[in-house]
Amino acid sequence: MGGFGRFLIKRSVNMIIVLFATLVLTIALLGPAMDKILLEAIRSSVIEQVNQSNIKFQTPEERETFVKNRIDLQVKNIGLDEPWYAPKRFTNTVLKVMVLDLGKSSYLTSESGSAKVQDIIMEKLPKTVLLFTTSILIIMVIGLYLGAFVANRAGSIWDRLNSAFAVFSNSFPTWWIGMLMIFAFAFTYHIFPARATPLTPPSDPLYPLDLLYHMILPVITIVLVGFGSWAYTVRYFVIGILGEDYIAAKRAIGVPEKRIIYSHALKNAAPPIVTVIALSLAGSLSGAIIIEAAFGWPGMGSLYYQAIGFLDIPIIVGITYVLTVIFIIAVFLADIVYAYFDPRVKVA
Amino acid sequence: MTTAAEVISRSEILKEFRRSKSGIAGVAILLALILMTIYAAIAVPLESYRQWNNPNFWIDTPKAAAPAWTNLLGPKLPEHIVMNAKDAAVSSSMEGAMRTVTYSFNVNFDYNSYPSDFMMPYSAKYGSTQPALQIDVLRPDGKVFRIYFASLPSSQQGSNEFSARVFSTDKLIMDSLRNYLGDFAYQQDISRPQVMIFSSSQENMVLKGTYIIRETFYLFDPNDSVINAGITLGGEVYGLMGTDELRRDLAIGILWGSPVALFIGLTVSIAGVLFGLIYGVVAGYKGKRTDEGLMRISDIFYSLPTLPLLIILSVTVGRSIFLIVGFLVIFGWVGMAKVSRSIALQLKNMQYVEAAKLMGQSDIKIVFRHMIPQLLPLTFASIAIAVPGAILVEAGLSFLGLGDPSIPTWGQILHDANSAGAAARGLWWWIAPPGLMIAITGLAFVLIGNALDAIVNPRSRRM
Repeated sequence: MGGFGRFLIKRSVNMIIVLFATLVLTIALLGPAMDKILLEAIRSSVIEQVNQSNIKFQTPEERETFVKNRIDLQVKNIGLDEPWYAPKRFTNTVLKVMVLDLGKSSYLTSESGSAKVQDIIMEKLPKTVLLFTTSILIIMVIGLYLGAFVANRAGSIWDRLNSAFAVFSNSFPTWWIGMLMIFAFAFTYHIFPARATPLTPPSDPLYPLDLLYHMILPVITIVLVGFGSWAYTVRYFVIGILGEDYIAAKRAIGVPEKRIIYSHALKNAAPPIVTVIALSLAGSLSGAIIIEAAFGWPGMGSLYYQAIGFLDIPIIVGITYVLTVIFIIAVFLADIVYAYFDPRVKVA
Repeated sequence: MTTAAEVISRSEILKEFRRSKSGIAGVAILLALILMTIYAAIAVPLESYRQWNNPNFWIDTPKAAAPAWTNLLGPKLPEHIVMNAKDAAVSSSMEGAMRTVTYSFNVNFDYNSYPSDFMMPYSAKYGSTQPALQIDVLRPDGKVFRIYFASLPSSQQGSNEFSARVFSTDKLIMDSLRNYLGDFAYQQDISRPQVMIFSSSQENMVLKGTYIIRETFYLFDPNDSVINAGITLGGEVYGLMGTDELRRDLAIGILWGSPVALFIGLTVSIAGVLFGLIYGVVAGYKGKRTDEGLMRISDIFYSLPTLPLLIILSVTVGRSIFLIVGFLVIFGWVGMAKVSRSIALQLKNMQYVEAAKLMGQSDIKIVFRHMIPQLLPLTFASIAIAVPGAILVEAGLSFLGLGDPSIPTWGQILHDANSAGAAARGLWWWIAPPGLMIAITGLAFVLIGNALDAIVNPRSRRM
């Protein structure tokens, strides 16, 4: 088996360990809280049943024992009598979370009214993906061209402006820029809506258009804060390539400068750039959560924000798991792509 | 080839750093922040910081008021006016067994819009017979509005002190104002007493001039006395930085946020970078299976998604600032571990390290005496570069509502602003300063870190 195959296996094993570790950690942290919530739900439903029924009790103590027995029976039925870390229950929970069978949320419901965690998350996930792929694509295009542009003029005023902008935009919390954007374009100038949740119901045929209109302001914000450091990264790699001999050779035989920069240099700088893109895409997912909360974009981030507000534990577990999976797969793919392009990684 | 561990003397670093303009700028910002911290510690009462999330503490300040200096730029908005017994003209008289004590407050109201609300705090000492309180407003146009007349609540046991406030939302005030609706040439609204009392009787605008607000107490027992009386006219501008929806003085929150942010940023980065440094050097020095195992563990931490796990941790374990710092350290050491391992791999083949080994020095001594000192300049640069990340993540957590509830942080101020829809309501003074502070603090450390890195890190030196 070649070096690349060994590398693939090593990485895959690492990915599975990480996924499992996160899952175990999450369940270990939330297990006691989830048990308490379940127990509370059982207790109130049993008391409700007893109040509804016509059973007559001689003394309050008799009623007490009856309720207690009922609760114990139900607790035993669903296996709550064992602690969350008991092997059988633990494996059960892990398997359930893996297939996103998280039961019902405590408060929140999906737009179609379902309280199943799976439904709620699946409804929000595409919107998060939509917002972020759109923004990242725009950032990538601007970053690539701007980066190549300033790389060709290293040391010029444009180059220094771009570097300064990259440093500045990295220090600002994106979600704060988002709040300023809402202030500027929703309050001062009434161009965009203040909240990014469309008012038309999802069943409306105009809903997709409305959604896109509500997406403009968040996209502008993410692009504004993101493109500077992108261009800076691209510049770094392109400058490295421009120092290579074959570029000098191309120049010598008279290939136009524009073609050298945008075609040859960019193409050769692509692999590391792609890797960094994949990595920071995964990293920006965290930022995504907060941006959505600031704008009220109806995706996973806003859901997280609401779930934290209501302490809706099943939803919090679900989102954490989904985000972890996305993040880990992105890191995994970045590693693979990078190794594929850079032979040194495989050997090391 | 020069290795990353090439020795640069301390004085050389200082000399080069002084030549870096951005580095100096970073140090200047940092000094300003430290001065802010010192000022906060000396001038602002510690009480205001502990009481940040206690709404009762902030009852005397106006609600969502802009900074006072905005009056210089735009229309003159009412300032926040607080008067108490000291500012009043007091007179008293006897009519048989009944004693009247009157507190008169002169308020020069010369603004272009109405107060946001008003309230009259008072406290009195009385026995079984309750005194009565009457409030009159003498307007500049000569009209007198009797807006309140009621007896104080009966005291519970014997002679004790009773303090309360009459609010502009009091139903009695609205009922009393109904009698004066006829004085106005246009439709007035009794549900907004602060507007009606300060309105011109002819047209719908503010009646400017000097108002006299008289609070008269009728006491029926010679032992009864009035301890305090006052008036607060809610302004639309207040202080240096304004107030938020919960009447908190934002200047205090912003000021106290600076030591908290510095504490979080520095503790997390120092602890994380130092741990990463030792971890990486040990892995690189020991090599073989130790290295393999340690690097596998760091790979796992490297691929953990930080924010979702931080959210889970703060939801379940706790939100105290020390816990948050601890959680951030857990995710903050991996980068440094990777860098220091690769440098340690080069260092361990250096002659002096091999010599030390041959002389039989212990591994611990070699790592701490011979290898780590070589990495210290890089460590300082890494610490400075790691600070903004820690501050941003903490701010993000606070923004999501998971900050330490017992102290004000910039992120929490922004969380409150976001929940109150401050951006869409145009309350810019609630949004702009905290975010700017986060950015400026981060920027200071980025500038210092980049300047240091350019000096001590040969790779960035070449660029």
